[in-house]
Amino acid sequence: MARITAGVGCSHVPAMGVAMDTGNTQDDYWKPCFAGFEKTREWMKNAKADVVFLVYNDHCTAFDASCIPTFALGCAAEFRPADEGWGPRPVPVVKNHQTMASHVAQSLILDEFDITIMNEMEVDHGLTVPLSVMFGEHGVDDEWPVQVIPLCVNVVQFPPPTGNRCYNLGKAIRRAVESFDEDLNVVIFGTGGMSHQLQYKRAGLINKEWDTDFLNRLTSDPVGLSKMPHVEYLREAGSEGVEMVMWHIMRGALDDDVTEVHRHYHIPASNTAVGHIILENNKD
Amino acid sequence: MGIKKDYEDIPGTYVFDADAGRRGYQLNQFCISLRLQKNRDAFNADEEAYLDQYSMTAEQRQAVLDRDWNGMLALGGNIYYTSKLAANDGINFQGLAGIMTGMGQEKYRKMMLDGGRSPDGNRYQSEWDEKDKD
Repeated sequence: MARITAGVGCSHVPAMGVAMDTGNTQDDYWKPCFAGFEKTREWMKNAKADVVFLVYNDHCTAFDASCIPTFALGCAAEFRPADEGWGPRPVPVVKNHQTMASHVAQSLILDEFDITIMNEMEVDHGLTVPLSVMFGEHGVDDEWPVQVIPLCVNVVQFPPPTGNRCYNLGKAIRRAVESFDEDLNVVIFGTGGMSHQLQYKRAGLINKEWDTDFLNRLTSDPVGLSKMPHVEYLREAGSEGVEMVMWHIMRGALDDDVTEVHRHYHIPASNTAVGHIILENNKD
Repeated sequence: MGIKKDYEDIPGTYVFDADAGRRGYQLNQFCISLRLQKNRDAFNADEEAYLDQYSMTAEQRQAVLDRDWNGMLALGGNIYYTSKLAANDGINFQGLAGIMTGMGQEKYRKMMLDGGRSPDGNRYQSEWDEKDKD
């Protein structure tokens, strides 16, 4: 059967993608930000993931305001990097594990999570930046080293799903993966955050103390953490910091007891605090 | 009885909720259209004619023409949409934040390098009102 062996939390700051695409990751501004992903890339190689289940949000790119699904599962064969207004990122097309994706879709709906099925979808920096930082530079004609099942969550129009709903969806995703017959190693990514506000007069808000506590509680108190009300994210971590609810999907899909094997935190990347964590299920 | 909006006392922040989404729909649909090069070309060739395709309010239309970034947010725009218009104008997220905060890009960039805007004194509107009195 397929199984989820580890979870990754990771920011998806668009400027990090731009830095990689333009070869600027080693300049003074970006070097400390990318240094924290060196160990990650080694870990990722050793993890030998077949499939990444990638939880992210679209930033008004593939979805306009005419249709705003709370949870949308990518079931297409492949997903092209979208033009977000400055040309598509020069990265490979993202290939799905399509039979597993349709199995997960069916399983989730019967498990009472009424997701939207996407048979055509472009993907923006929310999905491609985590792949880039985790797997390193890959050009347009190259391939990503894994297949990717995208789960797109609405966190743009308030309210996003609650942390509790996300945590429980993670558990349902785990049940779906474990009922898939093929012997596959799945790593789940929760992306977005950490504290940041991009808009109006409070733009630039960063809350290192809050972010650190959030990272700590992913291991020590995941259930309590998932109960945090939306207003706390907005007030403490900035209006766009509410993206962090997506990390609970990742956390819910893991064992209750996990081991933190890597953490990286850096301020700033453009307007944002970059947070990154790797959690492994405790093997028995 | 409506849903209680417990986030309205956060200063300097527009929470893009379903009410804002309703008010800003045409404005945001205009902004996202600029994702595509052919639409950017048409808009840049004749802004007024391009805007005629969207039944936004006179205030929204004027805010677009004036590039009144905070005004667009007040009228139901969302930053991920308005950033498409900014990108068309060659302004990135950090440049846009420099404008919206009134700090200017250099001062804003330095604040971010120094660790960002602290949450202290920036959690409640009452804290900003106190500051204004001083």
